[in-house]
Amino acid sequence: MKVLSIIPVLAIGGLLLWAAQDFPKWGDVKSPASNSPVSSHFIGNTGVDTEVPNMVTAVLADYRGFDTMFETVVVFIAGMAVIAILKGSTKGRPRRKDHEVEAEPDLIVTNTVRLIVPVLQIFAFYVLAHGHVSPGGGFQGGVVMGASFILIALSWDLEKAISRFPIERCLTVAVLGILIYGGIGLLSMLLGGEFLDYAELERVLPVSREMARYHAMLGVEIGVGFTVSAIMFALYANLASEGRLKEGL
Amino acid sequence: MIGLEIFNTFILLLLVVAATASLWVKDLLVSAVVFGIYSFLMCLLWAEMGAVDVAFTEATVGAGISTVVLVATVFHLRRKSND
Repeated sequence: MKVLSIIPVLAIGGLLLWAAQDFPKWGDVKSPASNSPVSSHFIGNTGVDTEVPNMVTAVLADYRGFDTMFETVVVFIAGMAVIAILKGSTKGRPRRKDHEVEAEPDLIVTNTVRLIVPVLQIFAFYVLAHGHVSPGGGFQGGVVMGASFILIALSWDLEKAISRFPIERCLTVAVLGILIYGGIGLLSMLLGGEFLDYAELERVLPVSREMARYHAMLGVEIGVGFTVSAIMFALYANLASEGRLKEGL
Repeated sequence: MIGLEIFNTFILLLLVVAATASLWVKDLLVSAVVFGIYSFLMCLLWAEMGAVDVAFTEATVGAGISTVVLVATVFHLRRKSND
């Protein structure tokens, strides 16, 4: 069976390698990606339209804001699905003891984590707030934030991390993130624009149309960060304990 | 420019080794960790090509969270893979 399965793997791999020859050379000015009017439009107009230096953030949170909103919803649904499947799935079944480890938290590990976690969380806020200017944004910042809670769970135990960030609060924060994103979209609709047309927010913010887009982008990034950080921690907590939320890894 | 070529070739070779190894090993825990190495090499490649945002996402999600989630899952399974 293993030999048989190698044949399609090699065939598809060869096909992909053969197809990859059609790719333009890296950095080719004549490649479709650099040549298309869309790219030159974004490169020329992002700074003028939104005053955001980092084009990637501007495209993700503003020009393609609808797409990013539903990406956030997808992350949320994935978390909900994992919780729904795992909750009560181990009822009446004893806990597996295949990989039982000494449960006492290690002195050196916990003290190192005590030092790392605050720095990690401040870095997460920096990445989130600085996403307009440097690489980063809501998604990355949220993941770093979620990772800091996972680090607490790994070095002490799951109960310690959950006492800091209970799962109910996780879900509230996750929903709140999506509501912030959708709320900013609806607000710009109420102010006379289209859904997620941030420029209309100039009527409530004391800034120009361009800066209104700049600040609204920060708002939606905060929404994304809320959802992603909460869902990442909820995912880990449920997977590590088979949905019991105690005696996890 | 020749330095970059050598760097790219080296990373791409390591990438193939990591991808094959993560399928090859019998221990699922080792497989998860090698998969994390694969993600980190991808992250290096993207950073080198100038896609820093993608590299950042790969480093946090691919090498960070997904490795942890895979390890957490492996701890509730038998560690040995059957094929």
